Amino acid sequence: MTATLIRPSPTTGKARRKPALARTRRREAIALVLPSLIPILVLSVAPLVVGIFLAFTDARLVRHPDYGFAGVDNFTKLVGNDLFWDSLRIGMIWTVGVTLLQLAAAMGLALLLNSGLRLQGLTRVLALVPWAMPPVVVAIMWQMIYSANGGPLNAFLGSVGLPSDVNWLGDFSTALPAVIVVGVWVGMPQTTVTLLAGLQQIPAELHEAASVDGAGAWRRFTAVTWPSLRPIVTSITSLNFIWNFNSFSLVYVLTAGGPGGKTMVPVLFIYLEAFKNREIGYAAAMGLVLVVVVVLILAVYLRSQFRDDRAVKGR
Amino acid sequence: MRVLVRPAQYAALALYILFLGFPLLWLISASVKSSGELNSLTVSLLPGEWHWDNYTEALEKQGLVRSAANSLIVALASTALSVVIAVPASYVLARLKGKVRAAGVGWILVSQVFPVVLIILPLYLILRTLGLADNLAGLTLVHTTYMLPFALWMLQGYVAAIPVELEEAGAMDGASRLTVLRTIVFPLLAPGVVATAMFSFVSSWNEFFFALVLLQSPENYTLPITLNMFVGGEGKVALGPLAAGAVLAAIPSIVFFSILRRKLTSGLMAGAVKG
Repeated sequence: MTATLIRPSPTTGKARRKPALARTRRREAIALVLPSLIPILVLSVAPLVVGIFLAFTDARLVRHPDYGFAGVDNFTKLVGNDLFWDSLRIGMIWTVGVTLLQLAAAMGLALLLNSGLRLQGLTRVLALVPWAMPPVVVAIMWQMIYSANGGPLNAFLGSVGLPSDVNWLGDFSTALPAVIVVGVWVGMPQTTVTLLAGLQQIPAELHEAASVDGAGAWRRFTAVTWPSLRPIVTSITSLNFIWNFNSFSLVYVLTAGGPGGKTMVPVLFIYLEAFKNREIGYAAAMGLVLVVVVVLILAVYLRSQFRDDRAVKGR
Repeated sequence: MRVLVRPAQYAALALYILFLGFPLLWLISASVKSSGELNSLTVSLLPGEWHWDNYTEALEKQGLVRSAANSLIVALASTALSVVIAVPASYVLARLKGKVRAAGVGWILVSQVFPVVLIILPLYLILRTLGLADNLAGLTLVHTTYMLPFALWMLQGYVAAIPVELEEAGAMDGASRLTVLRTIVFPLLAPGVVATAMFSFVSSWNEFFFALVLLQSPENYTLPITLNMFVGGEGKVALGPLAAGAVLAAIPSIVFFSILRRKLTSGLMAGAVKG
């Protein structure tokens, strides 16, 4: 383990880098990676494998697990479970709603911040605060905002002459939209920052050329800005979709799925199935169905994006 | 028309600032209001008079202080652990080429979008078998594992920025790999390690889901779980101390994030664009 570790250099920088950790150093590399690999294998890969396995068993959450192979029973049982499909539908409204509103709001803010207004520093700091805060604190904060007794939202609505006795998180019709707004508040900052970075990479000449050709603001956005941002929009939309679909804490603390299951997103539903009803195998089957649903939706979305790209390039 | 563009833009920006900032302002304001003012029907943004009792009251709640201590222990331990095991691995990840690196990077990206709900049940069973469910050590291990991918991702970026030539020069002078790592790589990596550590600390400090599932005894609760319990037991806990507790719980995250702002945005950009 001396100087031979790093081989004498061939002429080019690239070729020199290539054997940086080749054969003789494999053992070293393994030794350096192992401390990371063990916890990942035990607490991340193994649970994933076990989770898929559990989906085909009738396991229950009891002290001495005595369970057997159940084949596809969990899945056939699932087909008739209306509550599960309800939660999937609510989860889709939540996920698509938050993801799209996040994108729209973040796009607006990013464009504003990119157009040379003052207050940029303040807005940028402010924009990252929601994302940094513990989800529990965010939920507590918004419960106060939405409060039916002396909450500032109702007070504001009252002062402009609108109905001011809405129980935002407790009413069947307003609970889901109210929760979606909080989701947008939390996730918008990160999307804004990413879009802003993307906007700053668009060469100013492109906009100038479009202006010279007589394009208005909207035309410049659709012809220059949007196409340039497309790859970034595709990746953050995919990531946001998955994060929102998997998000748990916010809804759990805000409404715990209520009122009357109107905000029961699938992750929450499965959590209750596993830890309140103690049906682990059944819950794992639901989890597996969710993963398949998300992967399918993403595959369709990404495919459509790439097809568009090809169409554009083919022209 | 043209003349109106700027004012309209400022109006839009003001709306954004209101949307982003008002909830925070309201929370802070609620934390210094008297209970009489909080329960009155007239709603005002600024407190009539400033009351710091909410903070002392929140701190007098044993549950809150103990769970803050638990959160601190778990966050510090999992941060230290994840940095110690991520630094060597990130070095390999950054310097290695070919399939192994591709597999590593692939795993990091996949882990960012993991279906937590599918993992949580077996994870609970595994930890229970190991006797680590409802246990701060168990939660520390889980936080470490789930912070690792992002820590690896951040750190390997910092390693990649260190010129290989520096290491080679060290090796030419006869230094062993360990010496090269210790005397050349690690010192240059220090700023990256600090940024990664801060991010890990905040992730663990804020984490809710794993703590909710794994911890059952109130004496083991972390701060987010205890705060959530106070929400659940509405009426028992006054709004003012709850708001004060929430503000206290948010302070470390916000301080660290404002320090980290720039580094995180570039790191996330890389992740988003390549993801």
